[in-house]
Amino acid sequence: MEWETVIGLEVHAQLATKSKIFSGASTAYGAPPNTQACAVDLGLPGVLPVLNQEAVYMAAKFGLAVNAKVSPRSVFARKNYFYPDLPKGYQISQYELPIVEGGQLTIEMDEAEKTIGITRAHLEEDAGKSLHEDFQGLSGIDLNRAGTPLLEIVSEPDMRSAKEAIAYMKKLHSLVRYLEICDGNMQEGSFRCDANVSVRPKGQAEFGTRAELKNLNSFRFVERAINLEVERQIDILESGGQVSQETRLYDAEKNETRSMRAKEEANDYRYFPDPDLLPLVVEEDFLQQTQRDLPELPDEKRQRFTTQYELSTYDAGVLTANRDIADYFEEALQAADCEPKLCANWVMGNLSALLNKSNLEITQSPVSAAHLAGMLRRIADNTISGKIAKQVFEAMWEGESNADQVIEKQGLKQVTNSSKIEQMVDEVIASNPKQLADYRSGKDKLFGFFVGQVMKASKGKANPAQVNELLKKKLAEN
Amino acid sequence: MHTKTLAELSSALQKREISSVELTQYFLERIERYDSQLNAFVTVTSETALSQAQSADDRLKMGDHSALTGIPLAHKDIFCTSGIKTTCGSKMLDNFIAPYSATIVEKCQQAGMVMLGKTNMDEFAMGSSNETSYYGTVKNPWDLQAVPGGSSGGSASVVAARIAPIATGTDTGGSIRQPAALCGLTGLKPTYGLVSRYGMIAFASSLDQGGVLANNAEDTALLLGVMAGFDAKDSTSLDSPPKDYTARLNDSIKGLKIGLPKEYFGEGLDPEVAKVLEASIKTLEQQGAVCQEISLPNMHLSVPVYYIIAPAECSSNLSRYDGVRFGYRCDNPQDLLDMYKRSRGEGFGAEVKRRVMIGTYALSAGYYDAYYLKAQQIRRLISDDFKKAFEQVDVIASPTTPTAAFNFGEKTDDPVSMYLSDIYTIAVNLAGLPGLSMSAGFVNQRPVGLQLIGNYFSEDHLLNIAHQYQQDTDWHTQMPAQFS
Repeated sequence: MEWETVIGLEVHAQLATKSKIFSGASTAYGAPPNTQACAVDLGLPGVLPVLNQEAVYMAAKFGLAVNAKVSPRSVFARKNYFYPDLPKGYQISQYELPIVEGGQLTIEMDEAEKTIGITRAHLEEDAGKSLHEDFQGLSGIDLNRAGTPLLEIVSEPDMRSAKEAIAYMKKLHSLVRYLEICDGNMQEGSFRCDANVSVRPKGQAEFGTRAELKNLNSFRFVERAINLEVERQIDILESGGQVSQETRLYDAEKNETRSMRAKEEANDYRYFPDPDLLPLVVEEDFLQQTQRDLPELPDEKRQRFTTQYELSTYDAGVLTANRDIADYFEEALQAADCEPKLCANWVMGNLSALLNKSNLEITQSPVSAAHLAGMLRRIADNTISGKIAKQVFEAMWEGESNADQVIEKQGLKQVTNSSKIEQMVDEVIASNPKQLADYRSGKDKLFGFFVGQVMKASKGKANPAQVNELLKKKLAEN
Repeated sequence: MHTKTLAELSSALQKREISSVELTQYFLERIERYDSQLNAFVTVTSETALSQAQSADDRLKMGDHSALTGIPLAHKDIFCTSGIKTTCGSKMLDNFIAPYSATIVEKCQQAGMVMLGKTNMDEFAMGSSNETSYYGTVKNPWDLQAVPGGSSGGSASVVAARIAPIATGTDTGGSIRQPAALCGLTGLKPTYGLVSRYGMIAFASSLDQGGVLANNAEDTALLLGVMAGFDAKDSTSLDSPPKDYTARLNDSIKGLKIGLPKEYFGEGLDPEVAKVLEASIKTLEQQGAVCQEISLPNMHLSVPVYYIIAPAECSSNLSRYDGVRFGYRCDNPQDLLDMYKRSRGEGFGAEVKRRVMIGTYALSAGYYDAYYLKAQQIRRLISDDFKKAFEQVDVIASPTTPTAAFNFGEKTDDPVSMYLSDIYTIAVNLAGLPGLSMSAGFVNQRPVGLQLIGNYFSEDHLLNIAHQYQQDTDWHTQMPAQFS
């Protein structure tokens, strides 16, 4: 039988507010345990939550960016359960009336674009962390993370493969960073994902029983865990069994999923509206202002890059997947005033490669956009060749700031003086009589050899176009 | 000294006839002398009090003072006080010292008031007789066999016995007005949101409201002026402009339209209490008020609605007492579940557990719509009844309690009969309205209260009516013989 996979994702994006969603404590990552937990975060008796406006603004930005309805009135509810890292014994979340409802996101697959529905996005607070090492059989609790604002983004079950799920997740990741509402740092847990996965016989209308996969904290894990789960479910169904509704934990080390709790063991969260918080009212002018604050979004930017700069859809897609990269590209291009494709190649090629190798963000690049532009200008005006540019770029990466200085210091200026080049060409031809004879007897491939020799003689500085032209002429002489 | 009103004490302090230190010492001595009979304080903060009194004297000397600078008061032990134990009447918090003060505690301190101590109360404010406190029952100064009411029983007792000039309280279903009535005091529960709930340990968040227990309306107005006002730390706090609650005290009540809800004067009301109330209403009429019967048709639903909503909120509010971060933790827990079960099982008393269980049940999947949601719908109907009533009348007068104070043990075996002692006060909390109880006479030497219910933010008007009533009556100046 042919099976169809059905996937819906719940993504928790940690909002990049300075303080927590209901208290004034800092949200900075990595502080010593319990140093960023105030009385409100600790759930001490008598304390009360006060909603952080910035979190609302960020949620509204997201809602507008995915063409969703930002509800004029949403309600915070209490999700009640006991856990040591949940200080109040309940999590403040939104349940029946979330702030964002009904949006969509378009993903680009090889064959075509596909629209994934976003059911809702709601604001909630994060819990703390339980630490099980180093306490001699006891557990430690770190409440620094307790009260950190999260936007939980719930998709429709619209994805049909792990690939689509990853494409959706990447698109979402790019979007929240564009909006500057989440730093997207998956290692620090700023962008986490749970996946609801089921399979059904192809053509069947109703969904199969789903399992919820937890702990998917990288794109790679999401893909692996989903594929594992799909295989597991198909195996069960093909051997005549039934998939049970449950929550499963992905273990990256063992690369397996295992059952965390069955449906029957699920908590009854006893949701009810939080009486400490009034319904959240979003005014029309606030929304209009937020709309005005929206940056150019990835899709729009990609579209503009293909028309304005005549880049391919692929190049435009790579350059616009990350807002910082797009900004860098445009800054460099504007300063260099060169062919957009030349600038794109450098940003996507050498620069990206070195950044990846050093594990740096483009914002941390040792070579600034302005300095890259300085080099691009020298390529464009033929001062240096593309090949020499690599040398210049490496020098700049190592700390030389200015392309012109590097060129000057290392004497890399391209030789465009045709008599000089002609002299070198003549010398190369004269000192390689055998190759000359072979070439003239039909071995055209040797042309490359002569080009190489001339470039070598010029230490790479000869203008390749001039070398080609002169060689062609001279070799054909007699 | 202990027979003086706040205004009189204030004037004596400002004229330097007495210092705040002397006044504070005077009340500390009365506490020392009488509290062993009453058990009304959980903690007496003599040292803090004397140092606050010293600062108050400094302020008085420099002329940098407010109306209540130097005046001692007692706080219900539900208000967190930085560095001083806050128990909420529970074993669970017997070791709890908050690192912050409740907003109203800070406001009183800023006004230069002197905290004498923290008063006993029903555990987590759940009770109507002060019999659920971990620290033992509080006695009613009018009759040591009688309950003082609850949950602000300690505050009522200290003011009635004049071992504190005035006290703060909280009222979720009648916890200020009922003990005020049973102890012969003036007690005010303000409009929901008028007084900050920050640092006030939550029982039922949508109903809880801080207020005042005092000997008379004028004292109440003075302290309310200090406590009321917007607080950015409480999202349910209302942004109302500061008000002088004494400004209207001397207004005439001529032409005042008083509504008497027929549902409040029928079956269930002790006939002797009814007689006392009739006489007090007659006094108000003689002062120019006009009474008319009104109907609040859904009032009979207020107790059942309350006993869904309050326990539901309480079941969630009390989840934080889990033995993990503060408060009581059982000895030698075997594992997490054992720690939860025994810490909560040993740390909470029976009434608290009962309400946590009722609330947990009411919020459970499959029951939520039938209980919690339905209760919220009826709550709306109850509010609407009041809204309609206030289209016809200015205020509503009713009994505060169905009977005068009952004896210890009389209702402890029958929770429902205990719950019914709040039958006239609960609807006010459900609607979020202000309610005041004032002493209106006695039945068998035990005080009886008349409740006045006003529209939102009409505290100054309720205080005006009570003050006018107190100009022509002397119930409020009477004192229990043993403590005079």
